[in-house]
Amino acid sequence: MIHFVILISRQGKVRLTKWYSPYSQKERTKVIRELSGLILTRAPKLCNFVEWKGYKVVYRRYASLYFCMGIDADDNELEILEIIHHFVEILDRYFGSVCELDLIFNFHKAYYILDEILIAGELQESSKKTVARLIAAQDSLVETAQEQANSISNMIAQATK
Amino acid sequence: MDRNLDPSIVAERMQEPNIFRKDELEVVGQRTPKNKHLPDAFGLRAPPPAPRPWRGGSSSSSSTAPSLVDSLFQRSLDDLIKSLRSQPASAEPVLLSRALAEIRREIRSPDPDTKAVALQKLTYLSSIHGLDASWAAFHALELLPSPSPLHKRLAYLAASLSFHPSTTDVLPLSTHQLRKDLSPSSPPPFSSLALHLLSLSASPDLARHLASDLIPLLSPRASSTITNTKNNNNNSSPLRPKAAAAALRALSLCPDAVPLLFKPLVDCLSSPVPRIVSTAVGAFAELVSTTDPAPYLPLAPEFYRLLTDSRNNWVLIKLLKIFARLAPLEPRLAARLVDPLCDLLRRSSAQSLVFECVRTIFSGFPDHDHALRLAVDKVKEFLANDDDPNLRYLGLRALTMIGPRNSWAVEESRDSVIRSLADPDPDPNIRREALRLIMGMVFDTNVVEISVMLVNYAMKSDPVFANEILDAVLTTCGRNVYELIVDFDWYVSLLGEMVRNPHCAKGEEIERQLVDIGLRVRDARPELVRVARDLLIDPALLGNPLLCRILSAAAWVSGEYVEFSRNRLELVEALLQPRTSLLPPLVRAVYIQAVFKVLAFCFNSYIDQPEASQVSSLGNSTTGLGLTIECNAAAANCLSDDITGMESADGIASLLSSIEKKDPFFTCEYLSHILYLIETAVGPLSENADVEVQERARNVLGLIHMLKEIPVWKTEEEGFKKDKDNRIGKIMNLMRALFSEELGPVSVNAQKRVPVPEGLVLKENLADLAMILTEGDIAPSMSISFSLRSHQHMEIKDEAMPSVQSTSLLAEHRKRHGLYYLSAEKDDTESNDFPHALDPLLPGSHSDATEDLVKLTEQSLIPRKVKPTKPRPIVLKLDEGDGVSTSTSTTVKESKDDLLSGAIHDVLLGNEGKPSSSQKRSSNKSSGRRVKEVSDNSESVSQSKENLDLGDRENRSSRRSKHRSHDKERHRSSQNNEEKEEKSHRNSTRSSHHHERQKHRQRGEAPLNVVPQAPVIQDLLL
Repeated sequence: MIHFVILISRQGKVRLTKWYSPYSQKERTKVIRELSGLILTRAPKLCNFVEWKGYKVVYRRYASLYFCMGIDADDNELEILEIIHHFVEILDRYFGSVCELDLIFNFHKAYYILDEILIAGELQESSKKTVARLIAAQDSLVETAQEQANSISNMIAQATK
Repeated sequence: MDRNLDPSIVAERMQEPNIFRKDELEVVGQRTPKNKHLPDAFGLRAPPPAPRPWRGGSSSSSSTAPSLVDSLFQRSLDDLIKSLRSQPASAEPVLLSRALAEIRREIRSPDPDTKAVALQKLTYLSSIHGLDASWAAFHALELLPSPSPLHKRLAYLAASLSFHPSTTDVLPLSTHQLRKDLSPSSPPPFSSLALHLLSLSASPDLARHLASDLIPLLSPRASSTITNTKNNNNNSSPLRPKAAAAALRALSLCPDAVPLLFKPLVDCLSSPVPRIVSTAVGAFAELVSTTDPAPYLPLAPEFYRLLTDSRNNWVLIKLLKIFARLAPLEPRLAARLVDPLCDLLRRSSAQSLVFECVRTIFSGFPDHDHALRLAVDKVKEFLANDDDPNLRYLGLRALTMIGPRNSWAVEESRDSVIRSLADPDPDPNIRREALRLIMGMVFDTNVVEISVMLVNYAMKSDPVFANEILDAVLTTCGRNVYELIVDFDWYVSLLGEMVRNPHCAKGEEIERQLVDIGLRVRDARPELVRVARDLLIDPALLGNPLLCRILSAAAWVSGEYVEFSRNRLELVEALLQPRTSLLPPLVRAVYIQAVFKVLAFCFNSYIDQPEASQVSSLGNSTTGLGLTIECNAAAANCLSDDITGMESADGIASLLSSIEKKDPFFTCEYLSHILYLIETAVGPLSENADVEVQERARNVLGLIHMLKEIPVWKTEEEGFKKDKDNRIGKIMNLMRALFSEELGPVSVNAQKRVPVPEGLVLKENLADLAMILTEGDIAPSMSISFSLRSHQHMEIKDEAMPSVQSTSLLAEHRKRHGLYYLSAEKDDTESNDFPHALDPLLPGSHSDATEDLVKLTEQSLIPRKVKPTKPRPIVLKLDEGDGVSTSTSTTVKESKDDLLSGAIHDVLLGNEGKPSSSQKRSSNKSSGRRVKEVSDNSESVSQSKENLDLGDRENRSSRRSKHRSHDKERHRSSQNNEEKEEKSHRNSTRSSHHHERQKHRQRGEAPLNVVPQAPVIQDLLL
């Protein structure tokens, strides 16, 4: 099972963290600090797996972002690499050639997308299309609701003017 | 509401923010490269236009300082992010704390929009900047029931990121809302949010309460109705997989839910929709891997069907994981699985699947040669993959897995393994794996070449890895009391070579092994002393703080086994060279003590010379007392004999001069030179600031003074010889008695074997301990307040030689020099493989102190010596019933798993619906398991008896009878050992396995049979 997903920039800035096992805030900070020290220092042509405190951390770098996932020792590392790639592809499709700034200013959306891909530390959806469809459905639901609210408030504002 | 209070204010404010928003949009446009995303779907990037003025209005009506506070209040998440990004990193803490204060104010606002934005900001800060958000849990809860999807989504996001199952105390308050959102009538996105929260943050209580609400979501009918309402042409609900995942979490948290949830979960396996199957398989893989796999055996046919039908790699990988756990339980399963597995292995192009197949075969089907062959070939392909470090790494990992039983596979790929080690562009992971593999290949036949190769390689590799290599070599060679080592001379010199490595930081381990080998392997001592000398005379080593521990060991070795030293003068010079001032005081103290021993030895030999000459000249070769006293161990018993022997030697003083001419050492000049050397070098140290150094220096000087006070020996040898059973003889005898008792290793369990005397209450609170201690009559027997484990040995030795005349003097001396012995002794009782005997006792047991007192005064346990069957130097081993300390957490987990797997077992075998029965069952089962453990242990007890007998017999045959008293001791301690064994029945099964392993090692017969499972559940379906 995946215990956590962390996105770190090359400068060591955290871009997204998701914890599938209960960690306290203190532990989270510690994990992030230790992992970024471990992973960011690795040379480019090394393998993508790091053993860390009985876990394995699978990471992969896309542009300036490191996608890291902490997994159990008996999990399949290659599978996790594919999951990471899957996630990145979906992000890319959603944002349209995604870049770090997209994730910074839409961090919640990155979470919603991740939530459609992983649940309880397991892959739940392996089809990119389905994820895109689900996210779009949620977005439109929120959007319509918001539009309604806006129009009503506008109406009230108009009426009371 | 207050937003309707004053529309005019609202209208006014709308103007201002609009301008601001325009600016902001422009900034956004510059910032993000993709303008097409600007018209953000639901206004989260640029916060929703309308609510902003409302928020401003509400805040202005509630706050007292309008303008500034107002603008602060209007900060959206974007503003926050921008302000954080525009400032230098040094200003970040200030900004963060300001933002946090702002959020704290905003989040209390009654307006849901304000609250939502505040919560969103907080979520951002907590997930990216690591701020604590647990205080806002209640506010997130407040927003959960919001009808607005936007707010709901934000609230669920905040909740799922910040709720912690055990520390969030408001978690139970969410039960109702979760139930409402899970109900089939609520929109699927809401249910999906609720399921997410449930899968992440559920506590056992929450899981119990909501388990029944998951059932409709898990069942196909419900999901189809939802599908219909959604008009989804894909005919699958997104909820069912999520429900499966949530059910998995609920099951593992609360076994009571098994009767409710398990059936629907199993049904998911047969769903026609691939993604439902995929999640369900994932859930089962998780269950099987974290709990006892036995109850899932009945599902094997279903999994098998999926394995042959499915074309989805994700599913196949999960299925393989399940089978890897199930296969060891059911031999027939393996036979059926091999073919599909090999098929997958041959056909699949996905490396992840291939790797999983390989791993499954290695771990689950080690007996199927055909499959094994295929898998090993695949691994070789992995290893040959030069441009993909991932595959190489995984290939090495796979080989590690197969290692011990099928070493041929590792042997076959030996070249590529070694190549990985010496990679020009080295990946630490790969190198480490390669190293691990190489160490796995080590046997007593090739240990020499591999170790030499590695130590040489360590010379030229970087510091970190060099130490990893040294560590690996040290651990492997030192494993199980050096079971791999045949040629100890070689090993000792290898240790010496390791010290020459410029990066060597393994001082402690090398120190431990040097001393340990000295204690255990008598035949290695000459070489050990030679290596120690090389280390000591090298002034370059003295400056390296990492090596001072090794030097301390070297000094101790050359002091303790000075009889093997070829040139004592050189040794003394090395020990007293000026650069020793660079050493830490404790090591220096060891140095001085070594000088003390050398001095004592020289005088001793000087006195013994006439006797030796007499013995040799008379052709009486029974006693081996020459220049080197071969067997110090016997000295305690022989001491009185020695004295009488010397008296009888009195008459033959005429032979003396000729003997002394033959021997270059131990002449008067020689001795006085040594004396002079020591006196000048040690003299200044008697004023040393460190008490340890000072005390030892004064000891040495004291001895020298005593010797100098006797003028006779200097001038007239004959006269001295006549005089020797007077003062000088007495002094030297005392000294000899001090150092001649051989030190031996102490069993880690020595402490436990000491029987508790009657009338001693150990479990009582020791409130009156202080009083007892102040009485002063016990304190002397404690002698020194050092760690008992290492000390006990010394104490026992004190008591164990009653024949020495000067017992009290000796004891006093021991007392004064206790610390010195501690530093050297300490390490011999420690070993990597075994925990310290006392460790389990130490925490929390307040009765230790008395126990210790009693045990200290107890006379017992001289270490027993066991000779291995190999034709190699005798290595003293303690036949210890080592209680291996397995982590207790696993046993705790076990009990919980038992509950879960028991419940699942019930459901699968058809008597569902009664959680109580599942409990009962699990308890039955665990008790059954316990019975098995007990039988295992009884086996091990008998085994250990055998060992003891063996040990005794061999001891007796191998060493000559000088330990009359020791035999007795040994006998007693063996009894103790048995008692202890019986007591340790409650220990983990692992210790019993360990015994088994020991047995196999010693006998080298009987096949390895370590399947730790409880009785296999026979399955009707297979």
